[in-house]
Amino acid sequence: MVLEKRKIAYVDLSKKEVETKTIPLELRPLYLGGRGLSAYLLYNHVPPKTDPLSPHNVVLIGTGLLGAVTLQSGRTQVMSKSPETGITGDGNLGGFFGPELKFAGYEHLLITGKAEKPVYLWIHDGEIEFMDAAHLWGMDRIKTIETIRKDLGDPEIQVACVGPAAENLVRFANIMTDYKNSARTGTGCVMGSKNLKAIAVRGTMPVEVKFPDKLYEYISEFSDRIRNMKWARALSKWGTPLMIAPNNEMGALRTLNAQLNMLPDAKSIEADRLLEDYGLKMLGCYACVIHCRHRHYIKSGPYAGTYGEGPEYVTMGQLGPMIGITDLAAILKLGDVLNDLGIDASSFGTLAAWVTELFQRGIIDKEFTDGMELEWGNAEMYIELARKIAHREGKFADLIAEGGKIASMKIGKNSADYLWHVKWLPDSTTHDVRKLKGYALGLVTGTRGSDHLRSRPTLEMFSLPEDVLFEIYGGKISRDQTSYEGKERMVWWTMNILAIPDCLGICKFICKGFNNTHGLDYPEYSNLIYYATGLKISPSEIEKVGERVINLERLFNNREAGISRKDDKLPKRCFEPMPIGPTKGESIDPEKFNQMLDRYYELRGWDKKTGLPTKETLVRLNLANEPTHLL
Amino acid sequence: MSLHICSKEAMNVSKILVIDSEKCNGCRACEWACSLYKEKVINKSMIRIVKWPARGVEFPMVCVQCEVAVCEKVCPVGAIKRNEDIGALEVDKDACIGCKLCVYVCPFGGIYFDTEQRRVLKCEQCEGDPVCAKVCPTEALQYVEATRANMWKKRAAIERITELLQIVFHPG
Repeated sequence: MVLEKRKIAYVDLSKKEVETKTIPLELRPLYLGGRGLSAYLLYNHVPPKTDPLSPHNVVLIGTGLLGAVTLQSGRTQVMSKSPETGITGDGNLGGFFGPELKFAGYEHLLITGKAEKPVYLWIHDGEIEFMDAAHLWGMDRIKTIETIRKDLGDPEIQVACVGPAAENLVRFANIMTDYKNSARTGTGCVMGSKNLKAIAVRGTMPVEVKFPDKLYEYISEFSDRIRNMKWARALSKWGTPLMIAPNNEMGALRTLNAQLNMLPDAKSIEADRLLEDYGLKMLGCYACVIHCRHRHYIKSGPYAGTYGEGPEYVTMGQLGPMIGITDLAAILKLGDVLNDLGIDASSFGTLAAWVTELFQRGIIDKEFTDGMELEWGNAEMYIELARKIAHREGKFADLIAEGGKIASMKIGKNSADYLWHVKWLPDSTTHDVRKLKGYALGLVTGTRGSDHLRSRPTLEMFSLPEDVLFEIYGGKISRDQTSYEGKERMVWWTMNILAIPDCLGICKFICKGFNNTHGLDYPEYSNLIYYATGLKISPSEIEKVGERVINLERLFNNREAGISRKDDKLPKRCFEPMPIGPTKGESIDPEKFNQMLDRYYELRGWDKKTGLPTKETLVRLNLANEPTHLL
Repeated sequence: MSLHICSKEAMNVSKILVIDSEKCNGCRACEWACSLYKEKVINKSMIRIVKWPARGVEFPMVCVQCEVAVCEKVCPVGAIKRNEDIGALEVDKDACIGCKLCVYVCPFGGIYFDTEQRRVLKCEQCEGDPVCAKVCPTEALQYVEATRANMWKKRAAIERITELLQIVFHPG
């Protein structure tokens, strides 16, 4: 009677109605929960070709099958049809919001419709209320959250909210909790389009576990192993910014919109500087034994008083070298400004770098930019640009707020060639993929567009011995970073397993294959699921769940935007040689890349011509009859 | 035998749960472990981290096992008793009448009312091996000899918190 009690709430903002259902047990072995269930709901509930900003789009929030129940289980998946890309859009929220939602009696939310006036949802111990949000409109995240906590008289309330950018329908607006966000693909914009300012949750209800003693004992057995992985120990100290230095030393840190591939000196933005000069403390998400998040505070200088969390490696790169900023304090400030405005820092960084290069090349001029002098490294200017985008102030910022797809069509003149994106999602990290061919394949195969968290075979960077690679990935893979041989298998395997933490609501950093070789593997996921819920699902069936989710997302992308082989393409600059450093001269060979893509489709069971699942693949993955409308 | 004076049981009586909020990363793994191990469900923990992220506060709060325990004194049926082996105060759930007087009088909010069982819940230090301290990844919670729980360290931690509160409220 564990899973029988897990509920989904359908919230219709137009009708102000809530319907609660039990999540059907038959869907569990197929999709588990979290991202898997959301992919199913997205495919089933969004009418084909829906405008992402129409009331028919959905905001899906999934706490995952094991969210709140095991260690590292504070991850919550948010999914919509993305207003930024027009395909599968999702982000992953750390912190405490998901567990609180589960404590309030809901594992999953499907929000649809559009409220007549700004509202927020108040979800507490099995009840959902529609609350007036007129007084919150225009507020940043911290003011919004503190006001809701005060209004409702409970400081323990967890809130996921949007900032001014989402209210103004900036297509890459994010969803924020206190200091953590679901950044990517503009799910915040979808909330804004629904006049939904925030979701406030508070739960005091217990969550049942099938075999509590076994679960506790089992997790105790492996928690020390997880905590002591090299990768985990490094994260505990430096957080993800630890990746900046090795990427730069390798010559693979995109700089000035990838016109350069490294900084001459990255010392000022290395993780040690963050830790020693601005770090107050490391913080963890729910039940996390790693704690990779910095709390920062700037004591002096022009940005004195800046207080917040982060940045991650991603933000440090996108708001740093990509736009020519090497002053760490300025990067922290810009990151916090973006969080207050509710803008995805990855998209902002890439788009800002893009327009700056267009300006540098004279493709756009001062008249086009409303008089703004776009200048590399000018932090004040980028802060101003962020503010203008959030408020859609002036025609230039208003255009950038539409995202890379619409903006590049308007600008024309081959401007899109300079935008580092895949399927119109600006890249998430600043790693330059021209040397590591598996990384490059990962970039084009992510189902939400350019991505490092779904499909990056991170172990490629470590050049592990080939027998070790064989053991992990089950096939022959070259240990040479520049080789194309076997890299398709690395990407295929990585994508499959990284979908599982997303479905379970747990953190990817402890998943095998993500910068580690000793993280949780399929047999361990199988045991955890059994002890926590009583659901018996074999390791190979779990692997199939990953495949199923990826295939269903691909089907959705094809249905909505005709995504096929033609869209699995790298940014144009990938085919030009890297200009400097140890990677000088490296580029992607189009023919070898295409052959690797062929082999990837073969592993997936996709047609090589179209890049879409074959009939046999759909049957093998129980997808032949979708949409089945079981939920 | 006289040597038994140093037995594990005797040592445990002098152990206390020490909290260092400066080290706390706010993750609530302690809550997870407490609830799962003791109550066999999630979200019924006897330790709670009081958090105020905008002001840089993460403070684990749990029964501090007062030597002169007001909960023990106020209980009309004597349901709260000290476990002499480990020094922790335990609730006899069969004796408890659910009057909640102990909840009201505890100065630290260390006692909870369980709305399912209609009885009170409090930290009983897991028979001398508290799981919250075992799971804590940063040693913000430690179950150590009372004599080793250096007061100066606590003081230093509080001073740093005070300093932090100052800079957040009065930047510059």
